Amino acid sequence: MTPEQTKAFEEKVYAFVGKPIYTGPRRGYDDVNSAMIRQWCEVMGEKNPAYVDQDWAGKSTRGHLIAPPAMMYAWTQEGYKVASEGRPTDGQVEMVKFFDSHGFSGSLGTNVDQEYFAEAKVGDAIFEESVIESISEQKTTARGIGYFFETYAKFTNQDGVLLGTQRFRVFKFIPPEQEESAPASDDSLEIPTRVAAPRGQDNKWWWDACDEGKILIQRCASCGALRHPPRPMCGVCQSTEWDTIESTLDGELFSFVEMHHPKFPGYQYPLLVGVISLAEGTRIIANIVGCDVKDVEIGMKLKGKVERVDEKTILPQFYPANN
Amino acid sequence: MTINVSGEAAIAGVANTEFSKNSGVSELELASVAVRDAIADAGLKPSDVDGMTTFTLDNTDEIEIARAVGIGDLSFYSRVPHGGGAATGLVHQAVMAVATGMAEVVVCYRALNGRSGHRYSSGVAGPLLTSDAIHWGWYTPYGLMTPASWVAMYTQRYMHLAENVQDAMFEIAHVQREYAAKNPAAFFYERPFDRSDYDASRPIVSPFKMLDCCMETDGGSAVVVTTAERAKDLKHPAVIVKGVAQAAAADMESMTSFYRPEIARIPSMDIAAKMAYEQSGLCADDIDAAVIYDAFTPIVLWQLESWGFCDLLEAPKFVLDGAMRSDGRLPTNTHGGQLSEAYIHGVNGIVEATRLVRGQSVNQPAKKVNNVLVTSGVGVPTGGALLGRPD
Repeated sequence: MTPEQTKAFEEKVYAFVGKPIYTGPRRGYDDVNSAMIRQWCEVMGEKNPAYVDQDWAGKSTRGHLIAPPAMMYAWTQEGYKVASEGRPTDGQVEMVKFFDSHGFSGSLGTNVDQEYFAEAKVGDAIFEESVIESISEQKTTARGIGYFFETYAKFTNQDGVLLGTQRFRVFKFIPPEQEESAPASDDSLEIPTRVAAPRGQDNKWWWDACDEGKILIQRCASCGALRHPPRPMCGVCQSTEWDTIESTLDGELFSFVEMHHPKFPGYQYPLLVGVISLAEGTRIIANIVGCDVKDVEIGMKLKGKVERVDEKTILPQFYPANN
Repeated sequence: MTINVSGEAAIAGVANTEFSKNSGVSELELASVAVRDAIADAGLKPSDVDGMTTFTLDNTDEIEIARAVGIGDLSFYSRVPHGGGAATGLVHQAVMAVATGMAEVVVCYRALNGRSGHRYSSGVAGPLLTSDAIHWGWYTPYGLMTPASWVAMYTQRYMHLAENVQDAMFEIAHVQREYAAKNPAAFFYERPFDRSDYDASRPIVSPFKMLDCCMETDGGSAVVVTTAERAKDLKHPAVIVKGVAQAAAADMESMTSFYRPEIARIPSMDIAAKMAYEQSGLCADDIDAAVIYDAFTPIVLWQLESWGFCDLLEAPKFVLDGAMRSDGRLPTNTHGGQLSEAYIHGVNGIVEATRLVRGQSVNQPAKKVNNVLVTSGVGVPTGGALLGRPD
C-alpha cells in the first residue's frame, strides 16, 4: 500500500472501534449447570471442590457449587454451528472481512485478560455484551505487518450483576508468502532463552566459571588491582598478567531500573536490573529477584546466588540480604 | 605550534529534509537532498565543496553523495564514531579542516531511515558479530539492552542524589513540546500535552515514561562550514564557530559507564565544555540559548551542569525556574528537540542553533541571541560547539 492507501484504509478500519459485536446482550444457550462445569474442569485438570464436589460445596460457607470464573466465556460461545453455518454478521465479522479483503488475512489471538467481580452459581443465566474496543497503529512483528484489535466483553447474570470482563486481543496481519505444504519449522516450537553473552578471548573464562557456579573477579598479578568487566590489561600498572579471586556475592545496590517496554522473549517480567557494588570493591550488573519493586531501594544490602534462569543460561542473581 | 580554531570557521548553510515515519526514498536520496539544500542555503554551488564529514553509523558513502549531488574533488573526509555522540563532532572535523586549510568548504551530514529502516529502539538484541558484542554481553543476559534502560540506570542514581528530578523531566518534555507545537516542521506540530498526559504515558523503563524518550524519525540534516572570511560575503549572516570540542572521559564504556565512583553526571561533557570555553574565551554567562542533546529528558539536566549553567545536582531547580522557556535564562531546544521535532542524531540541533544565532528560529526568543551552545549525544564519547555572531 502507498502511504495514501494506508491512510484511506486506516480511516475505514478505525471506524469499527466502538461497534458492538452483536446486537444486544447475548444469553448463553445453557444456564450454569454442574454437568458442563464437571466437563470443563476435567479437560482443564481443575480439581477445586468448590466447582466439582457437590457434598463439599453443600457444607461450605457458600452452600452450593459455583462455576470456575475462567469459564465465564464458555457459557456464551456460539457452539459448533459456527463451523457449519458461519457466524451471523456483526461488527467483528465485518471488520475481519475488511481486514481480509485488504490482505490482512492472517489471524493470531495474542492475549486474553479477564477480571472477575462476582461468582456464578448453578442455575444462573449468563449474558454477554461485547464491543470492538480498540485497533492499534500499524505494527511490524515477526509474523508480518498488521494491526492488533481488542474486544471488550462484559458478563452479567439474570439480575444484572457484573460477573467479570474480558479483553481479547487479536493480531490481523499480512501472512508472509510461503508454500502451503511447508512443514512448521522446529524453531517455532523452541522456548526462547535469554540473549547470551558472546564468549571471546577476554571473557570466556568468566562465563565458563559462571556456568560452574562461581563469580570471579579479575586481579592484576602485578599490582593486585581488581577489575570488572574483565579486560586484558591493568589500567593502573599496564600489566597483562592476572589471576582471579572468587566473589562472596555480598553486595549493595548502587542503581537499578525496571524494564517495561519493549518486552523481550525469553525474559521473565517484572524484570529488575541493578548495578551492584560488591564487597570486594568492583561492581557487577545483574537481575534483582525475590522481592517486589516497591521494596527495592538504592543502598539496600544484597546477596547473590548463581542460578539457572533458563535452559541455556546460568547467571548471578541478587536477593535482598535479609531473605 | 598551537592553532586556536576559535573564530576561524563559520556555518554558512543549513538544511533539513522533510521529517516522516516512512520517507519512501533511500538514505542516499535523503542525504543528497540535505547536502544539496544546505549548499544552496549557503549560496554556494556543489562544486565549491571540497570536504565532507558524517557518522561512522551512516550507511551512505561520501563519494556516492558527491557523485549524486555533483560535488567535485574532495580533499577532506572524515567520520566520527559513537552514534549520536558524533553530532557536533562533524563540525569539529570540518572546523579543523578549514582552519588548517585542508578544505575550504566542508558539508557535514547525517541521513537515516530511522523509523522505516533500522530502528534504534529495537536495542542490541539479535545477531551481533562486531567487537562490541563482548561489551554488550555483560548486559544482554539480564535484559539491560535498550538505550532507554542504560540511561535510566544513571537517572535512578541521579534521582537518589538530587531533588525534584521527575518534575524537571516533565518540564523538559513539556517545554519542548510547547516549542514543537509551534514548529510546522516538527512531528508534534500542533500536538501539545499536559501533566496528566505525561503521568499517564506508557512506562518504558522506570523511571522513564514514553514522553521522556525521543522519537524515531526518517529524515536528514546538513550543515556547511567554510572560513569566517568567506562566510562574510554569503547569503546569511555568518554564524561563527567560537569553540568546538570532543571528549571521552576516563573509564568509559559505550552507554554503560557504570563503574565510575559516581554515575549521576557526564564527565566527558565536562571536558568538552572546558575545552570549548577555553577556545572561545566565553563562559556560561555569555551563552544566550542552547540546543542540548535530548534522547531522554534527564540527559538535558546533566549537560546543564557540565556547561556550568548551574551546580552539580542543581539542574532540576534551574529548569523548574523556567530557564528553558522562551523568556527564561536559557531558551533551550526551541525547535522541539529530538523529543518533539525529529530525531536526526543531533544534527537538526546544529541547524536550529545556527538559526537561533541568525535570528531565524521558528521560536526565536525576544532577547538578542549572540551565542548558542549545541551538544552531541551523551553516554557515549561526546562533544559540543559554541556558535555565535562575529565579535
